[in-house]
Amino acid sequence: MALENLFGLVKERWKPTSSETTKEENTEAVKGTAAEITDAPLAAAEAAATSGGTAVPFKCPRCMQTTPADAFSQNLWVCPSCNFHSRISALDRLRIFVDKGTFSEFDKTMTSLNPIEFPGYDEKTAALRAKTGISDAILTGTASIHNIPFVIGVMDSNFLMASMGSVVGEKITRAFEYAEENGLPMVLFSASGGARMQEGIISLMQMAKTSAAAARYSEAGGLFISILTDPTTGGVEASFASLGDIIIAEPKVLIGFAGRRVIEGTIKQHLPEDFQSAEFQLEHGFVDMIVERKAMRKTLRHILRLHGFGGVKNVG
Amino acid sequence: MSAKSAWDCLQIIRNKNRPTVENYIPLIFDEFYELHGDRHFGDDHAIKGGIASFEGKPVTVLAQVKGRNLNENKNTNFAMPHPEGYRKAMRLALQAEKFKRPIICFIDTPGAFCGIDAEKRGQGEAIAQSLFLFSKLKTPVISVILGEGGSGGALALAVCDRLAMLENAVYSVISPRGAASILWKDAAKEKDAAEVLKITAPDCKSFGIIENIISEPIGGAHNSPTDTAENIKAYISNSIRDVTKLNTEELLKARYHKFRKIGVYGE
Repeated sequence: MALENLFGLVKERWKPTSSETTKEENTEAVKGTAAEITDAPLAAAEAAATSGGTAVPFKCPRCMQTTPADAFSQNLWVCPSCNFHSRISALDRLRIFVDKGTFSEFDKTMTSLNPIEFPGYDEKTAALRAKTGISDAILTGTASIHNIPFVIGVMDSNFLMASMGSVVGEKITRAFEYAEENGLPMVLFSASGGARMQEGIISLMQMAKTSAAAARYSEAGGLFISILTDPTTGGVEASFASLGDIIIAEPKVLIGFAGRRVIEGTIKQHLPEDFQSAEFQLEHGFVDMIVERKAMRKTLRHILRLHGFGGVKNVG
Repeated sequence: MSAKSAWDCLQIIRNKNRPTVENYIPLIFDEFYELHGDRHFGDDHAIKGGIASFEGKPVTVLAQVKGRNLNENKNTNFAMPHPEGYRKAMRLALQAEKFKRPIICFIDTPGAFCGIDAEKRGQGEAIAQSLFLFSKLKTPVISVILGEGGSGGALALAVCDRLAMLENAVYSVISPRGAASILWKDAAKEKDAAEVLKITAPDCKSFGIIENIISEPIGGAHNSPTDTAENIKAYISNSIRDVTKLNTEELLKARYHKFRKIGVYGE
């Protein structure tokens, strides 16, 4: 297979689309939104509506209650009735979580190729790049909270359910390597349906690659905080996401290895509602704590400080 | 070796007489002693572990065990491990590191078991910890895929210094059946999915996922388990000789880069 040709093709499709510019604008929006240094989540109301559409009311998949779009985004895309923490885009996550203007992105233009010549994969990823304004299912870079710098990765379920292929695996690996070289903590928001089937066996290897990078980083004494959001499943749950020194989950989100339908098919019975919820994982000992979205900045700041990052001086 | 389709390979490895690791262990090793249990929950029969002598030198053996009949398959859960199986493997891997003996892994699983208890006991965590541990284990690890290399459940024993597949074995991120039901909402189209996924030994070699392909007798391993065992033995012998030339630091560096370099992307 002529990878160069394929690469050329993708490049061709990639450039004329609006994705690159959309991306720039969005990154600017990240820089331009948030308020002063505060423990409160930043400026959700100002965030572009990349997470829930513009005016579409939110119908909670857990409690079935409907919330008007405005009230929903004001509430950080958390269901006001049952506290389900809905999926949000990586850009919105950065807007509400890191200090204003501090996100500096790594590997901005890294895109998927089609290593096993999977039918329709190039078209699908090109369309998603244009639609989401991001180059694949994760954004990585450096950022800070209360001026405490760290390396951050945020997965985006809008992009092929944030499945892990070569780009996600490579970006996470580079992020761990950068964090190790620069003595920075690593904060990773996971969300994923698992390995990216369209990249075949190469996607499976990303589980080994990212876990090996996490192991090296850990051996070097690095602090890895893994934050599980909706959904963290399959090959991502079975690799780096489960390897945090501290594992935090958002309330009620789905966390598990096998898909619900697969298990139901195997055992021929209906599974309880809370099966594979964050609370189920906490109960069974696989999550350290459940933290609400609105308390995430504060919690992270405290954990970073307890590990010697940030000290008492605030240069803000 | 002639190029077979993925579907041809699947037919051969599904042959009811295909040898399992139970056939190979006595043909490859002397003095095999099985060691049981993860010391926390139980003893998973889907993964067998033990110590043995290989060409006169001590090794640790870790193996996924397919049954050769229904009773054996009930006992080994069709080679689909639970978390305690991976935790037993990790316990024995650390023991091998302590006593400085190489680890030989035999992979043959449709995948890690998908069930309520497996989830309650942390199937994902057990696999993640295996990948984490094996990536930095200070002793050589040599792995062979005997038949089915099914997804993360197989990968947990494939983070190694040398990986080979038997000629007709397959290695895949998702079962062809699973892929067919996702792609075309029709599990019956597994034959098409098998070809699309590129799961054969020559495919995996061309992607740089494995180092070696081990020949099987014409028609498949079931036609001569003894000859197949000889070929596996030669591969293990050569691999051990190669990797023991490296000191621990070189070994770990090479293992990291073996996986580090896998990925296809544009920048």
